[in-house]
Parts: sequence; C-alpha cells; structure tokens
Amino acid sequence: MAKRKPHVDVVMIGLGWTSSMMGMELTDEGLNVLALERGPDQDTVPDFAYPKMADELTYAVRYQLMQRPAKSTVTVRHGVRDMAVPYRSLGSFLPGNGVGGAGTHWNGHTWRPQPQELRLKSYVEENFGADIIPDEMTIQDFGVSYDELEPHFDFFEKVAGISGKAGNLNGETQQGGNPFEGWRSSEYPLPPMPRTLNDTMFRDVASAQGLHPFPMPAGNASEAYTNPYGMQLAPCNYCGFCERFGCLNYSKSSPQTCVLGALKRRDNFSYRTNCEVMKVELAEDGKTATGVTYIDENGDEVFQPADLVIMGAYSLHNVHLLLLSGIGKPYDPISGEGVVGKNYAYQMNGGATLYFKDKAFNPFIGAGANGEVLNDFGVEQIDFAKEGFIGGSYFNAAMTNGQPIRNMPLPGGAPQWGAEWKEAVQETYGHTMTIGSHGSNMAYRDCCLDLDPTYTDDHGRPLMRMTFNWKANDVRMTQFMKDKIDTLSQALEPDDYKLSFKDFESQYDVRPYQTTHNVGGAIMGSDPSTSVLNRYLQSWDVHNVFVMGASAFPQNIQYNPTGLVGGLTYWAAKAIREQYLKNPGPLVQA
Amino acid sequence: MSAKLENASRRRFIKGSLMTIPAVTVGSAVSLTADAEEPPPSLADYEPVYFDAEEWQFLLAACDRLIPADGEGPGALETNVPIFIDRQMEGKFGHAADWYMKGPFPEGVSPLFGYQSPLTPREVYRKGIAATRRHCQNDLEGDFRKLDGEAQDRVLMQLEQGEIAFDDVSASQFFAFLLQNTKEGYFADPIHGGNKHMATWKFIGFPGARGSYREWVDQHDKAYPLGPVSLTGERG
Repeated sequence: MAKRKPHVDVVMIGLGWTSSMMGMELTDEGLNVLALERGPDQDTVPDFAYPKMADELTYAVRYQLMQRPAKSTVTVRHGVRDMAVPYRSLGSFLPGNGVGGAGTHWNGHTWRPQPQELRLKSYVEENFGADIIPDEMTIQDFGVSYDELEPHFDFFEKVAGISGKAGNLNGETQQGGNPFEGWRSSEYPLPPMPRTLNDTMFRDVASAQGLHPFPMPAGNASEAYTNPYGMQLAPCNYCGFCERFGCLNYSKSSPQTCVLGALKRRDNFSYRTNCEVMKVELAEDGKTATGVTYIDENGDEVFQPADLVIMGAYSLHNVHLLLLSGIGKPYDPISGEGVVGKNYAYQMNGGATLYFKDKAFNPFIGAGANGEVLNDFGVEQIDFAKEGFIGGSYFNAAMTNGQPIRNMPLPGGAPQWGAEWKEAVQETYGHTMTIGSHGSNMAYRDCCLDLDPTYTDDHGRPLMRMTFNWKANDVRMTQFMKDKIDTLSQALEPDDYKLSFKDFESQYDVRPYQTTHNVGGAIMGSDPSTSVLNRYLQSWDVHNVFVMGASAFPQNIQYNPTGLVGGLTYWAAKAIREQYLKNPGPLVQA
Repeated sequence: MSAKLENASRRRFIKGSLMTIPAVTVGSAVSLTADAEEPPPSLADYEPVYFDAEEWQFLLAACDRLIPADGEGPGALETNVPIFIDRQMEGKFGHAADWYMKGPFPEGVSPLFGYQSPLTPREVYRKGIAATRRHCQNDLEGDFRKLDGEAQDRVLMQLEQGEIAFDDVSASQFFAFLLQNTKEGYFADPIHGGNKHMATWKFIGFPGARGSYREWVDQHDKAYPLGPVSLTGERG
C-alpha cells in the first residue's frame, strides 16, 4: 500500500531545464510546486567544484553525471521485425541524471529553429509539392509558429545568458550574425565568445568562398552577467571541461547557474531527490490525472496527489512514462494508428578532421560552445526538389573538450597501438581541428518508441524499445553536406584530412557517441489523431498533464534542441498561467 | 643523451628486472618537480588486488607491447598503466556496475548494438588472459611473456582481429577492453593509478587539470608554455 503525501498544486517530474523554468513560472502564480527528481541533488559547490571536475576519466569516460543503464535504459532495434536488445552501456547518447539533468553536462550550443522548420510539412508542400515527400516519411507541423514563440526564445536566451551575435534584428540583417536566422526582437544578452585559432581559420576560408560564418550561439558566458532571475554568471575561463562535466566556474548556462538558486529560495517550491516516478495516476474516467506514484529514496512507494502534472524528464523518459501510465493511444508502426511513441527521430551529423603539422591549436583551451558556424546550407536555403532530399545542416568548426583519452584523432592508416601509435599521438595531438555538419533527421513510419516485450527495469516495468535506422533521404542530405565540407577542408590546406559521413550502407550504431538529441515520441500538433500533445504541450487525452521537452518535436530540426525546448517551455507556461489556471480543461478542442 | 639511446637502455632495464623504474628516465628533457603528498607506487613493488601473479605477468607483458617504451615518450609500464587496470577491475567499471546486465543475452547480435555479453569486464579479463595463455602454451609452445616482441604482437593482433576463437570469451572483446583501459591509464589523471608523474601529459603537451586559460584564448598558434598539474596538486 503506497504512502500518501499531502496534496500539492503542481507536481513536476524531473528537475532539469524545463521543470526549473516551469517552477519559476508557476510559483509566480502562487501555486505550491513540487519537483520529483530521480537522481541525486547536485550543485556547483560542492559537486562541480575545482579540481575534482577536471577529471576526464571519471566524468567523460565513465559518465559519472549520466543516467546509469543499470537503473534505466532502452532496448534498440533497426526495424519493426527485429528483436531489440538492451542499450547496456552508454555510447550513442547520454541522458543526464540528477538535478540539472542533461542541462548540467551539455556544451551550451543554443539555437532557435528556422521559422519554416516549425511548419516543415506545409513548407515542403507549398514550395516543392507533396509528392516529393517519400511515402514512409511522416513529417508534420509543430502547430505553433515562430512568431508566436519568438518572445519565449528571447526570454530563454536572457535567462540562459547566451553569448552570440544577432543576424536578423526585427527583419534587419546585421553584420557578423547569421543572415539566415528568423527575426529576433533583441540582440543576444552577451557578445560572442573570444575566438580560437580554428575559429578564425574557418571564418576566413568560409568568407572567401562567399559563405556567411558567424560565432556559435553559446550557453557559455563571454562576460559577467546577471539574468532576469538575479542569477549571476561569470566569464567562461575556457577550462576545457564542458560537455559531460558540470561547470566549475558558474559560466555554463545550466539549471543550476541560471534558475535553481532563485527557485529554491521560494517558499512555495520544494523538491525531493532520489525519487523515481513510476507512473502518472489517472482518475476513473481516465480524463484527468490525480497525481503520481513514485519510489522514494528508502525504496518505499509513495502517492503524491496533485492538480497539475508537468512531465519534465528527459524526452525518452517522458514517452516511457506516458506509455506506462496509459496516457494517449500507443503508436503501432504496422497499422500507423495511435500516437504515443510515434516519430522518434535523432540527428544526422558528419564531419572532417584536419591535421596541420605546424599549427598549435591548444585543444584543451576551449569552452563548450566556442566555435565558428555557418548556416548557408540550412533547411530554408536548400531546394529540396532539385537536391532530392528534405533537410539541412549547419556547419561548425568547434574546439572543445580537448582532453587526451577521447580527443586523439590520428591520421588515416595510423596503427591503434604499439610504437608507431605512440609516435602518431605525439605528432598529432594539438595539431588537428574539425569541421562538423549538424543536420536534421526526418520522421519515418517505422522509427518509433514502444514498450519492450522482453526486458524490464529494476522495478519490473518494461523497458522502452527504440526502433530506428538511417534512411536514404537523410543520407542524401548528409552526402550533400560532405561535398561542401570537403571543399572547405581542401581550402584550409591541411597536411592531411579525413571525412566521416554516413553513407547508404550505414546502419544506426549505438557504440560511438553521436548526440544526446533524441526527439519525438510525444509529439505536438494540431490533430489528436496524429499527435500526443496540442500546441500548448497539453495532453489531448488528459488535460492536466503537460509534457515538456524535445519529445514534442514531430521530427528533428537541424539544430541542437535546447533553444527550442526552452522557448516551448515558456510558451506552455504562458498558456497555463493565462488560460489553463482560470479554466482547467483542454486548451484546444479536439 | 639521445632519446633513442636512453629509450633503448630503459627498455632493456624494464624487460630485465622490473625493479624500481627511476623517475629520471621519465619524459624527455623535462625536470620533475613532483610534490604530491603520496608518491605513486613503483610497479615492481605493487601487489595486484584483482589479478593473480600469473595474470599480472601477462598484463605487464601485454601492456608493454601495446604502448612500448621504444621511441620518444614513456611506455605503459613506466607510467604504471597495469596498476590503473588492476584498480579499474575493483571499481565500477570492472564490475559493470552501471551497465544493464539483465538477460536474456541472445547470441549473434550485430556489434552495432554494443556490449551484449553477460560477462563483466573483470570476468572478460580473467577468461581472456587464461585463454590467451593456453593458446600460447598449446600453439606456440611457450609462455606469452617469454615470446619475443614480434611474436607477442602477432598474438595480440590475432586477438584484436578475432582470429583466435575462445570457448568462453570473445577474444576481440578481451583485446578491446585491454587496449581501451591501457590508453585510459596512459592518459588519465595520475589519481587513478596510471600516467605516473604525468609523464604522458608532458610527452603530448596536455596541461592536465589547470582548467583556466582565458588569457590564452586569442594567443593563436603559440604552444601553451606551462607543464601540467594533477588533481592532487602535483606539478610537472
């Protein structure tokens, strides 16, 4: 028999970016808000303090801040007729663990989508015709427009203290920024990060080719900054321990540095750690949630009643909890019916590694998001009908996290061990830079999430099963990018370089790290027969459940997701504050 | 003294006795200013915790081939890489403590799906070392340790390529763990047992745990001038 805790107005599942921000918004309304975090508590001091964070093995290789597969993982298969096997040890993606979630250990690459990415299906149909969309591709519109989200992107960037240069201020093109971005109502709150050698080399070559390079929008503070919540960021000191680490310097935008210090001071906010939510409980009619059941730090089952449930866990966990809770109809890839688990998507990336015998890049000197980028081959810049694919990428020359266990790119043909390996290490370390392409990934009928029939977690619940593989459309996209990056690489005149891009033989490989941008599965949209959430991130089926995060993306954008996740969170918060609380019920009639 | 000469003599020395490795031979032309409170153990005096005596000797010999003392820069033995690996066996990695280790474990799964064995890494080492030693005894009529360097390399390459099949463990998985952990021990902070006196970091020019470079960001194409520091405050 579960213990029962006193009622709260709002229970939030997870305490990363989205719950932190939603916590500020809903405590502003005077609501009593509780967050339940599966992992441990953690903060800059003592958990990320110098020097212990400067330990590549513990944090970057053994994943100290990440989800433990022993506690929670997924199973993976390539196709709907295959048997899935567990993702037993981390590789391809790294969901976070503990307070701050993945917002603790990210690099800070912070983007808005291009406006047309939010209405991708309509954009493709209007401009190129519906017949260029392959039969198995299931792309959709988000159901919310860039113009509607703009104030919320803007506020998120101010909360997170993003360093960058605007390229489009209220429709006016700005020198030095991204000329292809959607309009901004204001400049970035902080100027761009200082430039490293690779930045300037890439910038000069790209400019000479008529392209439009600009500094990466960075969730790393370029200067001292105080955000709208009164939280203070310190200038990044380029310590080199960013992705996979907590920031030791109060410089990386994170829930801890940007929100939680302010939120924890509020009497109407509380949080409990080491509390793992098992499911959202529903009233008998199945139309409203009554609260959540969780396992507390002593292993006891607890029922937490609440009027409003905010699902703010990592995207994959949000979908898993919806499936376990029976909220929304599970998606069936064979019939195409149902919605929960539909349109799981990832990110199509590639890159070049360039070796310069006589250049000293000092790769250990780096912020998470320093880098020079360009967007000339973005979704809105490409003629899909002519090129034969739907999608786009941005390119980045980033110098980050140059520690030697992981950052040891050797020339092609170098042996993996022995005296010649050691010689290659000495010749190469510090003499390479990279150019990456970071691209969209479309949604497909058979790329989806459901409950695994075989494998279970510690609590006996079915693991979630991921069915995913690379598709020809996205391979054509990345091969297009490969040609462009090959040209840029040659123009840089390296002594040696190698290209690494997916091709038509490529199958999804869970071993090498690719990106922690797992999206979809609880997608937003305008039609309850094709989406889990309405345009306000509210469940179509259970109106007092709102689901944050990139699980809402109907397909993946070409950018890192956090900027869009932040904007969507504040958009949903506004709808809850201004509409839902006055009259709880569906915000959009089905 | 030329690096070659120094390395040749160092190599003979290590192969011969595995006695104390003097710190002065570590690195090239860099003076050591170590001031860690507790000096790292010498490999010869170290009592392995996980590995038994025979396994330990195999590990020393294998590490010496994976990152030999030949040429410039330190080898795996003088940087205490085997000590690092022994300690990893006793930690979360060796026990696969963070990994999902529940069955079933179907056979014949594509390598694209990652680790799919019921064995923990420490079990893979134990079975892998035993099977490799048996292979050497049966097919090469000798102990792995006693083979010459070229013959040892051939065995390691056969493991790497999966050209030797063992009954109870994947040869290539065993080799993959061995190589991965050897490199980790070589490059990781000395706090984990390897990279003795940060010799590897000095060799490649990595400043370790300094973690503060703001004034160096726009000094382009100049090698960073300071040596490394470690998590315990050792300075090199």
